[in-house]
Amino acid sequence: MTDGPLVLVIDDEIQIRRLLRISLETNGYRVHETARGVDGLAEAARLRPDLVVLDLGLPDLDGLEVLRRLREWTQVPVLVLSVRASEEEKIALLDAGADDYLTKPFGVGELLARLRTAARHNQPAGESPVIEIGSLRVDLEKRRVWRDDVAVTLSNTEYSLLRLFVRHAGKVLTHSQILREVWGPGYAEEVHYLRVYVANLRKKIEQDPGNPTLLMTEPGVGYRLTTDPS
Amino acid sequence: MMDQRPDPDALLAAVTKLEHSATRGKLKIFFGMAAGVGKTFAMLQEAQARRAEGVDVVIGYVETHGRADTAALLSGLPIVPRRAYAYRDTVLEELDLEAVLARRPRLVLVDELAHTNAPGALHAKRFQDVLDLLEAGIDVYTTVNVQHVESRSDTVRQITGVTVHETVPDSVLDAADSIELIDLAPDELRKRLAEGKVYVLERAGVAAASFFRIGNLTALREMALRLTAERVDHQLRDYMELKRIAGPWKSGERLVVAISASPLSERLVRWTRRMAYNLEAPWLAVHVETTSTTSSAAQAQLTRNLELARSLGAEVLTVSGDDVVATLLHVGQQRNVTQIVVGKPERPAWREWLRGGSVVNRLIRTSGDIDVYVISGDPDSSSPRGQSWPTPQSSARQYLGAVAVVMAATLVNLALLPFISYEAVALLLLLVVLVLPLYFGRGPVVVAAALSAISWNFLFIPPRFTFLISRLEDLLLFILYFVVALVGGSLTTRLKAQQVLLQRREERTRALYALVREFAQLETIDAVVKAAVAHLGAAFDADVAIVLATGPDRLADRAHPASSFALDEKELGAAAWAFSRQRAAGRSTDTLPAAIGTYHPLRAPGALVGVAGIRPRNGRTLTSDQEPFLEALLAQVALAIEHERLGEAQERAVLLTESERLYKTLLNSVSHELRTPIAAITGAASTLRALPDDQADARLALAGEIQVAAERLNRLVENLLDMSRLESGMLRLRLEWCDVSDLVSVTVQRVRPLLERHDLVVDVAPSLPLVQMDFVLIEQVLVNLLHNAAVYTPPGTRVRLQAVQDGNRLNLIVADRGPGLSPESLDRIFDKFYRAPGAAAGGTGLGLSIARGIVEAHGGTLSAENRANGGARFLLQLPLTPPPPLPAEASLEIPDD
Repeated sequence: MTDGPLVLVIDDEIQIRRLLRISLETNGYRVHETARGVDGLAEAARLRPDLVVLDLGLPDLDGLEVLRRLREWTQVPVLVLSVRASEEEKIALLDAGADDYLTKPFGVGELLARLRTAARHNQPAGESPVIEIGSLRVDLEKRRVWRDDVAVTLSNTEYSLLRLFVRHAGKVLTHSQILREVWGPGYAEEVHYLRVYVANLRKKIEQDPGNPTLLMTEPGVGYRLTTDPS
Repeated sequence: MMDQRPDPDALLAAVTKLEHSATRGKLKIFFGMAAGVGKTFAMLQEAQARRAEGVDVVIGYVETHGRADTAALLSGLPIVPRRAYAYRDTVLEELDLEAVLARRPRLVLVDELAHTNAPGALHAKRFQDVLDLLEAGIDVYTTVNVQHVESRSDTVRQITGVTVHETVPDSVLDAADSIELIDLAPDELRKRLAEGKVYVLERAGVAAASFFRIGNLTALREMALRLTAERVDHQLRDYMELKRIAGPWKSGERLVVAISASPLSERLVRWTRRMAYNLEAPWLAVHVETTSTTSSAAQAQLTRNLELARSLGAEVLTVSGDDVVATLLHVGQQRNVTQIVVGKPERPAWREWLRGGSVVNRLIRTSGDIDVYVISGDPDSSSPRGQSWPTPQSSARQYLGAVAVVMAATLVNLALLPFISYEAVALLLLLVVLVLPLYFGRGPVVVAAALSAISWNFLFIPPRFTFLISRLEDLLLFILYFVVALVGGSLTTRLKAQQVLLQRREERTRALYALVREFAQLETIDAVVKAAVAHLGAAFDADVAIVLATGPDRLADRAHPASSFALDEKELGAAAWAFSRQRAAGRSTDTLPAAIGTYHPLRAPGALVGVAGIRPRNGRTLTSDQEPFLEALLAQVALAIEHERLGEAQERAVLLTESERLYKTLLNSVSHELRTPIAAITGAASTLRALPDDQADARLALAGEIQVAAERLNRLVENLLDMSRLESGMLRLRLEWCDVSDLVSVTVQRVRPLLERHDLVVDVAPSLPLVQMDFVLIEQVLVNLLHNAAVYTPPGTRVRLQAVQDGNRLNLIVADRGPGLSPESLDRIFDKFYRAPGAAAGGTGLGLSIARGIVEAHGGTLSAENRANGGARFLLQLPLTPPPPLPAEASLEIPDD
């Protein structure tokens, strides 16, 4: 138990903290709790945790502010918890550097899966240029894409889009993040570009484009390339 | 007759005047015969005296004209700074009315009552500023010269030859509480003039010099003295009335002045006003509207004349009738008139005779008891018919046309001559002349009549091709022809004019009727305003703006959105003034005449409901004959708005009862819905704690119960939150271009667990366009519809989710094979808290209501129906708009191998 990943929980609700401690410790994590944002920031600097679970509604500091201050000096994965956050809030959090978000009420299974994905973000990439997710294989070095071992032809934009998703596999990317990366800073509002290209990309990489299992829609927020397709 | 009791009406008038003056400020006028008599000086002296008594005196506007002794009197009196108005290249300074009103002194000095304000000021005239000050309870000292008194301006012009443009209505002088005559002997004044003590405008130097002739000054002095004396007489009478002192009671006289579209009618009006004042008699100004057409210039003059009469205190009437004399006398008898004032005609006697005698003569012969005054200088005292002979509007083209018709008819007759006699030719030509007025004005008809007579004589009467007429018979025929042609032509013309007038009246009646009928069918104030703007605009060829009242004394701060022109701050100021004073303001009125629109208060029986602004499109003002029509329309508009107001208030009361009912339902429903899952959770949790270790199956089952109950609670809370967001209007759509198949797949993923025992079929048409919507909310709608299907249909049945394009709409359909909807449910299924009878436990009756709210916020529709072969069908329609263009894709492809 002592060598499991250390999770710093910043949440003012004692009940949620208790639930998180029980669920996480039974799953091999070490847990440190704090109820206030200021304390959370101090503890993060002192303990250097492997993961941070941050609640949005803190009594002293806005959760978003805690996130910004954390990001000033560390890239530690941050999973945000919130009560029925609006899509705008979620987008703001992701743009400010949150790795993922989870809306209360949530299941413990979901929480563990998100934590696993978030932890992976922080690991140095295996430097392998070939990534495989389910039936999809992408060779970033040779710029090649296969589905079920059949080569797929992508346009330049489609490939740029896929490359972005692959590099951030498992992470939610907001519309504006994707548009800025692929089309450029001037295109952050052109969501319709994204809809058309994502639909095209799905036709090429998904088994059933009408029922995607790889490139998932996060309603109102963005897209996520899943890392463990079911 | 011998009744010596005071007339109750007169007594009442005296009392109201007194009461009125208790709240109003007092007006004192320093009155003089000409500039330089020392009015301002006297005013300042008295002001200083009042200040010494401790009265709060300020100077609103005083002009010292650089005279040192006058300027010295200013010392110690606080001055309210003047307000500057930029006008062309210069800056004009005026009394700052608002500043004085805000300062609220006890007494304010305002020099030169007759002054005309700079364009852009609230009122056109300074005396209007003064009336406002009095209204606000502030006492005012002011100065006036006799030549500036409206009813005397004519006489002044006759005496001095100077036309006075700046005048003060007599009613303002009447309202003064005291008038102090500042008298100076003419010799003395001339001496002061010579010493340079009288301020005279440089450019008017010569004119001024002749103005200040001793003869003029004596006459002006007499006028000033007489005016003051008359006033004293009045005051005495007021006093006697009030104290019930028997005396010379009101004469019982009543005057009528006949007004036409002549500029000289102004003189008649002023004369009558003086006469009426001296007799203390009420007076009417009557215009008789005949069938004749008048030019727009004449119409404008008429409007001015009537306006002058109104401003001088007359009751103004416009009546229709073809016979001026009869109509005038009819009005006279109806209104118990004792004296009629008409102008002396100056047209030649033969023309009078041709028309059946002079109006004046006939009036005098038939007036009976009524005295008739004939005042000189007005050629068209009461017969505007004179103006249309010949009709000024007939263009050159009309004349040419008439000549051409006569020539054509003559040629045809020349061709016919071998077969008919020349007498028959005359009849044919006559027919043409009689028909002509249907298409031509009076002038061309006269020309045609003359021309045809001449051509008949020249071309047809033997000896032909000479103007000679050899037979006496032919000469008689020729003369007869000429007379018949003229009279016939003019009769037809008049008939035509009558028809036009009738038509115009009919149009107005029809417009009024259409408005009333349309209003009866409208159900909201917005609709009424929209209709009013359209109807008023069409009737007067004008842009219309309507500003509604928001309370008994408050006007909205912007025009109603249905208005056809926008109001800037100045226009709104005029509208606000019209509203607070209940009088028209803006263009072509005395108040804020620089505004582009004229603003009329909308008066309904119950309250003032707003203001209507009219801006004629052709840039003209409304004519006097349009005004009564406008008033009638506005009255209808006001009535309709008030009607809707009352209706809405009643509706609000009904809504309130309804919302109380909803509130109760909500409490009942929510308390039940909250308590059931809480009971389940507490029960299951307490059992779990007490459960022995070996009961693993029971433990799992209880945990499952807790989870189901929690999910149910969560759904309830989300529904309530959604509902309150919708209801509070806080729901903001995040419209984005969305991919429908994406929407469907996300929805299906979410509802799959709910529908795992149903046969869910998804059918998305290929290549649907992108749709602009709030992805998350529409997803919520679909989830609610599918959840509904899951709850209300038996397991194993099919539920179909379909997306197809239908013209410029997207149809999303959720169809099931359940029991369908009862007729009652069909009606009410989207109502809040409505739950179909026999519905399974676990719903709040909010899901569908929320769904509809969201869809309607998108400008779409959500409806329910029963399917032909059983089951229910929900149809969600969203509007489609063409998506923006996509960037051109770079053609570089990833190589295949």
